[in-house]
Amino acid sequence: MKIGVLLKQVPSSDEQIKIADPSAGIATGDIKWTINPYDEYAVEEALRLKDAKKASSVVVYTVGGKAVEQRIRDALAMGADGAVRLDDPAFEGSDCLGISRILSAALKADDVSLVMAGKQAIDGDNAQVPMMVAELLDWACVGVVSKLEIGDGSLKAWRASGGGVQDVVEANLPAVITADKGLNEPRYASLRGIMMAKRKKILVKGAADLGLDGATVGAGAAHVVEDAWSLPPARPAGRILEGDNAQRVQELVRALHEEAKII
Amino acid sequence: MGNGILVVAEHDGSNFKKTAYELLAKAKALAGGAPVSALVMGRSDAGDLGEYGAATVYTADGDVFAHYTPGAYVKALQAAVSAADPAVVLAPASAEAKDAFPRLAARLGVGYATEVTELRVDGGAVVGRRPQYGGKAFSDVHVSSSVALFTVRPNSFPAGVATGGSSNVVALSLDLQPGDVKTTVVDSEEPSGDVVDLTEADRIVSGGRAVKSKEGFDTIIRTLAASIGASPGASRAAVDAGYAPHSEQVGQTGKVVNPTLYIACGISGAIQHLAGMRTSKVIVSINKDPEAPIFALTTYGIVGDIFEVCPLLTEAFTAALA
Ligand SMILES: Cc1cc2nc3c(=O)[nH]c(=O)nc-3n(C[C@H](O)[C@H](O)[C@H](O)COP(=O)(O)OP(=O)(O)OC[C@H]3O[C@@H](n4cnc5c(N)ncnc54)[C@H](O)[C@@H]3O)c2cc1C
Ligand SMILES: Cc1cc2nc3c(=O)[nH]c(=O)nc-3n(C[C@H](O)[C@H](O)[C@H](O)COP(=O)(O)OP(=O)(O)OC[C@H]3O[C@@H](n4cnc5c(N)ncnc54)[C@H](O)[C@@H]3O)c2cc1C
Repeated sequence: MKIGVLLKQVPSSDEQIKIADPSAGIATGDIKWTINPYDEYAVEEALRLKDAKKASSVVVYTVGGKAVEQRIRDALAMGADGAVRLDDPAFEGSDCLGISRILSAALKADDVSLVMAGKQAIDGDNAQVPMMVAELLDWACVGVVSKLEIGDGSLKAWRASGGGVQDVVEANLPAVITADKGLNEPRYASLRGIMMAKRKKILVKGAADLGLDGATVGAGAAHVVEDAWSLPPARPAGRILEGDNAQRVQELVRALHEEAKII
Repeated sequence: MGNGILVVAEHDGSNFKKTAYELLAKAKALAGGAPVSALVMGRSDAGDLGEYGAATVYTADGDVFAHYTPGAYVKALQAAVSAADPAVVLAPASAEAKDAFPRLAARLGVGYATEVTELRVDGGAVVGRRPQYGGKAFSDVHVSSSVALFTVRPNSFPAGVATGGSSNVVALSLDLQPGDVKTTVVDSEEPSGDVVDLTEADRIVSGGRAVKSKEGFDTIIRTLAASIGASPGASRAAVDAGYAPHSEQVGQTGKVVNPTLYIACGISGAIQHLAGMRTSKVIVSINKDPEAPIFALTTYGIVGDIFEVCPLLTEAFTAALA
C-alpha cells in the first residue's frame, strides 16, 4: 500500500504577521517557514504505518513553487521515500477547490490508497483541501483524527465531533485522514536521514503531466477570492485593577456586572 | 438577493443551538426580504425556527442521522440546496459543518469560505470577513459561484428575538444509495458533564502552566469555571504537562474560541495562544508578572497569584449569582 501525504509550508507559528499590500496578502519577505504542524503529524503517522509494515512507501505531495522544496526535504529527512511537487503557471491563483483538483489528479495517477493530511493549514486556516480531495476521488474521509488503526483494506479512526464528543469511525480504504494534535509525536530527522534526503528524488509535475485541463484550476476557475487584508482590529485599552486581592476581586465582579454587563 | 438564504440549524437532540438563532437573525438582515429557509437534520419538526424568521424549514430525518456521517450530511445539504435554490448557505463552523462543507463545495463545484466572523451585502452579493494565520490577519472573502457557501464562527452575531410567524415544513427525501455513506460510527463517547464545547462557549476560564498540576487545574480552574457556567480551557503548556486534555487547548493549534468573557489564569500570552482567543469580547487576565504579554489584550487585569485570586473570585462570583 502506498501512502500519500499532503504537505504544505506555512509561516512558523511564532511569526508576527505584517500586511504588505492590502489587496494581496501578508508580507512574506523575511518570514521563517516550517512544515504545517498538522502535516508533520500526517508524515509521522504515515512513517509509523510503514515501520509497522502496513505500507510499502510514503510519498509527499505538495502544490507549490521551488521554494517549498526545503520543506519537502525536511519530510524526506524524516523518512518519506519520495515526493511530487505540483507546479505550473496554470496553478497560480487557485482556490481550495483548484488546489484539490491538482492534488486529486496526482494521487489518482499514482495509485495511492491512503492519504494523510493535516486537519488545517495554520496560515490559510481553510480546513477544506483534504475533504475536497476525498470528494473528488469519491473516497471516504475522516477528519480531525487523534488515533488511527489500519486493518486489511479498512481503517478505524478516533475523531473529535461537535460538542466534545469523541467518535470511533470505521471506513474502507482508499480513504483520506486528517491529523489532529495528539495523533503522535513527530520524530526529528536523524543526521543519516538528512544526508539520505539529499539523494531522494522530487518529481515535478504540471497540468499536462496530470492530464489536467488548465481551465479547471488557477485564478480563472477560482470561485473564492480574498482581498482587503488587514491586521486584527486594535483592542480598546484595558485597566489593571488596584487594591488588595479582596478589593480587586470585588472591583472585577462589579466591572463585569455594571460596565461590561456580562455577569 | 436572488433566491435568498438557507441556514443550517443544528440542535443537541432537543433544543436548537444558539448558532441557529444567530444565523437566522443574520440571514434575515442580509436577505432584505428575500426568502430565508433552514435545514434541520436528525429531526422532523421545525421547533420555533419559524418565529425567528425561517419561512421554510427543510427536514432530513432517519436513523442515518443518529451519528454524524459526511455522506448523509452532504446528501441532505444537496437536497436542501436543490429545493430552496438559495444564493447563500450559512452554517455554524461546527466540527460537522466544517467536515461536510468542503465535500459539498467540491460536489457542486462551487465556492466555500470557512469560518467567517462578519458578513455584509456589497453590490448585491454577500461578502464575508475571515481570520487567517490563526487570527493574526483578516481578509474579505468573495464567493462568486451561483450558490455561495459560508461557515460562521459561533458567537459572531447576536441571536435574534422571536417575532412570531411560523414555517412551512418540507421533509426532504434523500434517496441514499449504497456507497453514499462511506463511514460508520461504531462508538461514540459523550463528554462528561454538560460543559459547552469551547468553540461555542460564551464564557471560558483558561489555565496555564502556572496551575502546576492536574489537581491545581481541577481545583483552581474548573471550580472557577463552574461558578459562572463557563467552559474550562488551557494553554498548550498546561496540556503538554498533562494538566488538561488536548480537547481543551486554546490557540493556533488548539481550539479557536470567540466567547463574550475569557478569563486567563497564569497564562503568559504567547502569540500562538493569543491567536486562539483574541476575538473574545472581554478578556480578564490574572498573572503575577505585570509584564506578561497577555496584559496587552486584557480588558481587566489583576497582577497577582492565581492560587490566592482565583478562589476569592470563585467565592465572589458564587455570591453575585446567588
Ligand atoms: C500555487 C498556489 C497558488 C496560490 N494562489 C493563491 C492566490 O492567488 N490567491 C489566494 O488567495 N490564495 C492562493 N493560494 C492559497 C490557496 O488558495 C490555499 O493555500 C489553498 O486553498 C489551501 O488552503 P489552506 O492553506 O487554508 O489549506 P487547508 O484546507 O486548511 O489545508 C488542510 C490540509 O490540506 C493539505 N494542503 C493544503 N494545501 C496544500 C498544498 N498546496 N499542497 C499540498 N497539500 C496541501 C495539507 O495537508 C493541509 O494540512 C495559492 C496556493 C498555492 C499552493
Ligand atoms: C507550533 C506551535 C504551536 C503552538 N500552539 C499553541 C496553542 O495552540 N496554544 C497555546 O496556548 N500555546 C501554543 N504554543 C505554545 C506557546 O508558544 C507557549 O509556549 C504556551 O502558550 C505557554 O503556555 P503558558 O502561558 O501556560 O506558559 P508560560 O509561558 O510558561 O506562562 C506561564 C505564566 O504564568 C505566570 N505565573 C506563574 N505562576 C503564577 C502564579 N502562581 N500566579 C499567577 N501567574 C503565574 C507567569 O508569570 C507566566 O506569565 C505553540 C507553540 C508552537 C511552537
